[in-house]
Amino acid sequence: MRIVILGCGRVGSTLATMLDAEGHDVTILDLNADQFRRLGADFNGTAMVGTGIDEDVLRRAGIEQADAFIAVTNGDNTNIMSSQIARVIFKVPKVITRIYDPVRQETYRALGLETICPTIIGALTIKKVLEGKPIETGAKSA
Amino acid sequence: MYIIVVGGGKVGFYLARELVNQGHEVLVIEKDKRKSEAIAEELGSVALRGDGCEASTMAEAGMNRADIVVAVTGDDEDNLVICQMAKKKFGVPRSIARINNPKNERIFKLLGIDATVSSTDVILSHIEEEIPDHAIVHLLKLKQANVEFVEARVSPTSVVVGKRLKDVHFPSGCVISAIVREEEVILPDGQTVLRPNDEVVALTKMECEEALRQLLAG
Repeated sequence: MRIVILGCGRVGSTLATMLDAEGHDVTILDLNADQFRRLGADFNGTAMVGTGIDEDVLRRAGIEQADAFIAVTNGDNTNIMSSQIARVIFKVPKVITRIYDPVRQETYRALGLETICPTIIGALTIKKVLEGKPIETGAKSA
Repeated sequence: MYIIVVGGGKVGFYLARELVNQGHEVLVIEKDKRKSEAIAEELGSVALRGDGCEASTMAEAGMNRADIVVAVTGDDEDNLVICQMAKKKFGVPRSIARINNPKNERIFKLLGIDATVSSTDVILSHIEEEIPDHAIVHLLKLKQANVEFVEARVSPTSVVVGKRLKDVHFPSGCVISAIVREEEVILPDGQTVLRPNDEVVALTKMECEEALRQLLAG
């Protein structure tokens, strides 16, 4: 798959590395080139400096050929705006948006955006641990 | 009317002041303590301190009662979310967003924002007017109807020179509203004859603008 990721923070870089290792064609965008250090030497994809809320930058990142667009910057509003551009203007088939604010997540889910809310997921997961239920911790096995 | 202005910077402040003077009920939402206090000091209790992008702040502001929401923060993406949330979650009938990047006008319109204001575009049209051989100046867009008022100069080499208005084949999406000739305004009828350097004010469908420009520019 051809994937464009907006935001090379912890989640963005981790996701980019995973997808790249599986053989996908990954382009990752960030405003700050320093963030690309998170990608590591094995990364075979493309890292581009730019803003995800500008159509022309997104075009240069290959959004017109993208199968998926993932918005994981640290700003909910940037994620929301760029995802809507991806969906409405570029008609990218799969668009995933991270939104920290549960209320905004609800509003935009109702508007048809596929959203992930770490706030709710985090709270639910911790609640499960409290209740002694099994969870996915993400820790690598020994 | 009850108008909520999100963003208490210079634009928000001066807007709120004008609206208050016009007798409207106004609330400015601003997250910075100093700015919101300054607004309260100058304009009275019209400031709410909080993040205007948060639904809880909007609820506290009585967004569900608002007739108009105006988003004038410095960030286009914030202004987009404020307006969309106000409309979808609180049912505000009219949303106006400030945009810095002129390219966002199209996007905002597609995403349901009623009106956008870009100071970049406003200044551009003033600059256009100053260009000696300007072909067409954009005066006002009526976005809902996809039409705009433009002003276009009749070039001395245009085929319309010396013709009566009724004999000119204007593009079918254009209506000639006025002709400005040597600082006088003429409200034309079919018999009005076009002269070189006439400034034609036309209401035109956006897709006909180029055809009109070509016709008059010669």
